[in-house]
Amino acid sequence: MNLDRRQVLALGVGAAVMTAIGLPGVAVAAVGDVEKAIAEFTKGAEITTGKVVLSAPQIAENGNTVPIEVTVESEMTQASYVDAVMILAAGNPNPGVATFKFSPMSGEALASTRIRLAKTQDIIVIARMNDGSCYKDQKTVKVTIGGCGG
Amino acid sequence: MAKSKPRVKVPKTADAGEVITIKTLISHTMESGQRKDKKTGDLIPRKIINAFKAEFNGQTVFEAIIEPAVSANPYFEFRVKVQESGEFKFSWTDDDGSVYEKSKKIKVA
Repeated sequence: MNLDRRQVLALGVGAAVMTAIGLPGVAVAAVGDVEKAIAEFTKGAEITTGKVVLSAPQIAENGNTVPIEVTVESEMTQASYVDAVMILAAGNPNPGVATFKFSPMSGEALASTRIRLAKTQDIIVIARMNDGSCYKDQKTVKVTIGGCGG
Repeated sequence: MAKSKPRVKVPKTADAGEVITIKTLISHTMESGQRKDKKTGDLIPRKIINAFKAEFNGQTVFEAIIEPAVSANPYFEFRVKVQESGEFKFSWTDDDGSVYEKSKKIKVA
């Protein structure tokens, strides 16, 4: 089979298009998923900033284990305590990471764990108090090696 | 797969009303369900610890709902305010239904 210049070019373009289509196979959570998860968690309450603090590294060399810590300012008494904290990673295939539930017996609303991050992205934490009010904090973590899939 | 072995660190003694730090770790692959088998190209089915619970004298003090984005060998650190001596009970629930448990006693002066 003899290929002239035009056919070769056309083949090249075709291959390029195929790769472009193939790439989104690495699923990334749609923005809608994050919003839906937040809406479900807050039950429509307005989200304000403050009170909740997320500590995460600025740069994570390995996306497989990124240490994070969440603290919420609260008295943690029967009358006023942190009900739950939700952690979301907006750039992962599934935005949900974990939800921590506290009780007045916690003494201090602090929890830390290690999470997976597929790529450089924002981590969002939302704290829900026992009275239903919600607080939010957000941090961008730069990931050098992705943590989802191989 | 290696059997999941939970490990927990709880102080042996504490003062009444003291806020103690508890650290827990369980060995588990936390297969995310996103990875593909390198040879066959098939997705490896999800198998993770999906819930963690800490109870003190029968009362739930801390709970976590876990998604695949939590790293392998899930580690949790949290605080508990102790008023009396008693026993902590920790449980991890696997996707396959099995529950791993561990308990630790604490003496409160």
